[in-house]
Amino acid sequence: MSRNLILGAALSSLVVLAALVSFIWTPYDHAALDIPSKLATPDNTHWFGTDHFGRDMFSMIMVGARTSIAVALVAVGIGIALGVPLGLTAAARKGSWLDEVIMRGNDLVFAFPSLVIAILITAVFGAGAINAIIAIGIFNIPVFARISRGAALSLWEREFILAARVAGKGTARISIEHILPNVANLLIVQGTIQFSLGILAEAGLSYVGLGAQPPTPSWGRMLADAQTMVGIAPHLALIPGLAIIVTVLGLNLLGDGLRDWLDPRIRVARA
Amino acid sequence: MLRYTLKRLMSLVISLVVSSVVIFAVIEVAPGDPASFMLGVNAQEDTLAALRAELGLDVSKFDRYLNWIGGMLVGDFGTSYTYRTPVSQMIADRLWVSLPLALYALALSTMIAFPAGIYAAARRGKPGDLAVMGATQLGIAVPNFWFAMMLVLIFAINLPWFNAGGFAGWESGLWVGLHSLTLPAIALALPQAAILARVMRSALLDILGEDYMRTARAKGLSRRQALWRHGVRNALIPVLTIIGLQFSFLLAGSIIIEQVFYLPGLGRLVFQAISARDLIVVESVVMLLVFAVITVNFLVDLAYAAVDPRLRSRT
Repeated sequence: MSRNLILGAALSSLVVLAALVSFIWTPYDHAALDIPSKLATPDNTHWFGTDHFGRDMFSMIMVGARTSIAVALVAVGIGIALGVPLGLTAAARKGSWLDEVIMRGNDLVFAFPSLVIAILITAVFGAGAINAIIAIGIFNIPVFARISRGAALSLWEREFILAARVAGKGTARISIEHILPNVANLLIVQGTIQFSLGILAEAGLSYVGLGAQPPTPSWGRMLADAQTMVGIAPHLALIPGLAIIVTVLGLNLLGDGLRDWLDPRIRVARA
Repeated sequence: MLRYTLKRLMSLVISLVVSSVVIFAVIEVAPGDPASFMLGVNAQEDTLAALRAELGLDVSKFDRYLNWIGGMLVGDFGTSYTYRTPVSQMIADRLWVSLPLALYALALSTMIAFPAGIYAAARRGKPGDLAVMGATQLGIAVPNFWFAMMLVLIFAINLPWFNAGGFAGWESGLWVGLHSLTLPAIALALPQAAILARVMRSALLDILGEDYMRTARAKGLSRRQALWRHGVRNALIPVLTIIGLQFSFLLAGSIIIEQVFYLPGLGRLVFQAISARDLIVVESVVMLLVFAVITVNFLVDLAYAAVDPRLRSRT
């Protein structure tokens, strides 16, 4: 196992752990106002300091991790659940009109950056975490469709697929029983990367007010709140930013590490 | 090449038509009647009807779609529901901020990424490479709007080098305008530069293993000469594709960065329009962004095919 993998796994588990622990324990109530001790800098009583309402930043970061993880995770789930079947179908029917329609549809969705989808959705249905999930999720669909189609295409040329066909299996069964397990590694790696992009996208959307709405804590909105006070209380902006960076960096390192670890060719080359 | 161009042009037109239908349909789902929104709840039925006719809302959905698209083709984007001014004028004003910002950021990103990527590839596995790769790993993880806030904290609040926000306007001079776009452009460029440097490095590393690189070395070129004359030039092809893709990300990304610096660009326009439920403005800005993305990708594809004839046979 590489250093990337270990460091990435450690950072990512730290954030997931913080999110899970926040369900049963946080140092303070994350929503409790305590105006007298507002804008306190980090010390022994408030490890990350307090915000302009005296709320404990450490607790808010812990609870905010839940929002980030939930939004990004469901968005990746949408991408996999819809994108992978589309990609595998396109590969199984390579060159057919169905393949053409799926791939052109993919290109089309790529023309809508997730921010643009979010703007459209919010303009019509209003802002909220669910709409942020949908916007990021829609953007993930073509990513997974493209990657699973690409990988499946080369698998369809292999002998063991031919053997399965000779054994009388149909394309749908081959796709599920033989192609899917062989693209799973790739999907895990891509899933990790899309997860980290989802965290960034969620933060951006919440920052401009298109994501999770109050009272749900979110790192992006903490940054939006911090903006006017960055001169007098820099820790309000520093801490949520560092939380995002640690999470995204951890997931990216994890993705890189997993790719190297799961790819036998690289493993052999290194040994 | 002509056949390929026509084929791509066809799919460009189809993409634009389909995305315009999608955008129009999504906006159509929105509840509420713009005319009663503009005139308030106490409006008389005949004034409402007159306003609907004036806004072109009294015809069928299909006709409204055709009017919208037909208008856009001749530069008429309709009339804003809240400001009662032509949407095309509002967009044009804002585009003078957003477009230069995106281009400025693109230039910065390229200027940082090229040397960094080439340097890292030339020193593969050595400390210099590891330092660049570590820095890019960090650059990708940093949210650009947070980086923007840090730039404001350092270079506008602690050091009086830049204004914390706002746009001086081009009429106060090119230099003044560029100066107020500098921090936003740096914030936008950094994460993109990190991605681009990685692409540049891996494209170069792929090429360094090619036979023609060995040939170049065999005919007596030094490592450095071979890298510059044969390596960098060939690596530019994948790098240009990424630059094309990045332009659309920069244009969309500038929407968020504009919020940090209170820049009067497309982003501000679109957020104001959302809160005022001025859907015709949202519709047109979104269509414009999608148009930009699709068109830039089309141009990149063409440039790519012009450089590499093998791609023309692949559709």
